[in-house]
Amino acid sequence: MAVNPDIVGREYPPIPVYEVGREKIREFAEAINSPDPVHRDPEAARAKGYPDVIASPTFAVIIAQRADARIIADPDSGIDYSRVVHGEQRFVHHRPIVAGDRLVATPHVDSVDARGRHAMVTTRVEIADENGEPVTTARSTIVVRDAGEAA
Amino acid sequence: MTTATQPTFDTVAVGDPVSPATYLVRRADLVRYAGASGDFNPIHWSERFATSVGLPNVIAHGMFTMATAGRLVTDWVGDPGAVVEYAVRFTSMVVVPDADEGATIEVSGTVVGKDDDARTVRVELTATSAGAKVLGKAVAVVRLP
Repeated sequence: MAVNPDIVGREYPPIPVYEVGREKIREFAEAINSPDPVHRDPEAARAKGYPDVIASPTFAVIIAQRADARIIADPDSGIDYSRVVHGEQRFVHHRPIVAGDRLVATPHVDSVDARGRHAMVTTRVEIADENGEPVTTARSTIVVRDAGEAA
Repeated sequence: MTTATQPTFDTVAVGDPVSPATYLVRRADLVRYAGASGDFNPIHWSERFATSVGLPNVIAHGMFTMATAGRLVTDWVGDPGAVVEYAVRFTSMVVVPDADEGATIEVSGTVVGKDDDARTVRVELTATSAGAKVLGKAVAVVRLP
């Protein structure tokens, strides 16, 4: 099945608010074997100028992949998840994610390109606080195997 | 971690290397990462499933590899909150056998640019595992004190 090129430019509704917990930040830091105390100790984080413990630079993937699931689950997108491979990932942090943040993540489709027999789909998840202030922009390119125009 | 050799914007020059590091990856690391990240794709923990879909063995999450390579930068800077941009391309798999010695990811970095207005530096990262380049176009932009 081919990916539907008409989804380019589409914005999907945001996922439910993601509340960032101290223990989740610690759990993720431990899972990537990061020893830094700013992920565990609020005092250490405050000494660095942060209001509370901060998340690792790739923590936002938890939120971004939940948001991207909206696009993949849309039957109109034509994306077969069993054929998806992660091609590229990019984060732009407008500020670090901090414990206590209540984040709103809105998925967008930026491009769909045929690459031989495969389709490359680039999504952008804009993560903001509840006042709409930007926190992180997460761009992801997935490769959908055997889903290009020539498939 | 903060060390006496923590870099500052004025002391870092284009061309400076970031000390390389080798990171060990075992099956238990992937199970823990699956739980923390919510990515439970069985190619990252089930050898039976991974080989049934044509993979040589269980492979690490691309995002685990990205996070591991990013540690080289955050450990160098001493502040994970200093990373303002981080991008990678996934070019090859990190194959993780069911063995105590696991797999290794070797990461090195070089400062390739400085932005005087933003007081940020661009660090290009290289990551290999079992002789294959596992990340391409891996670049972190970090703000230095």
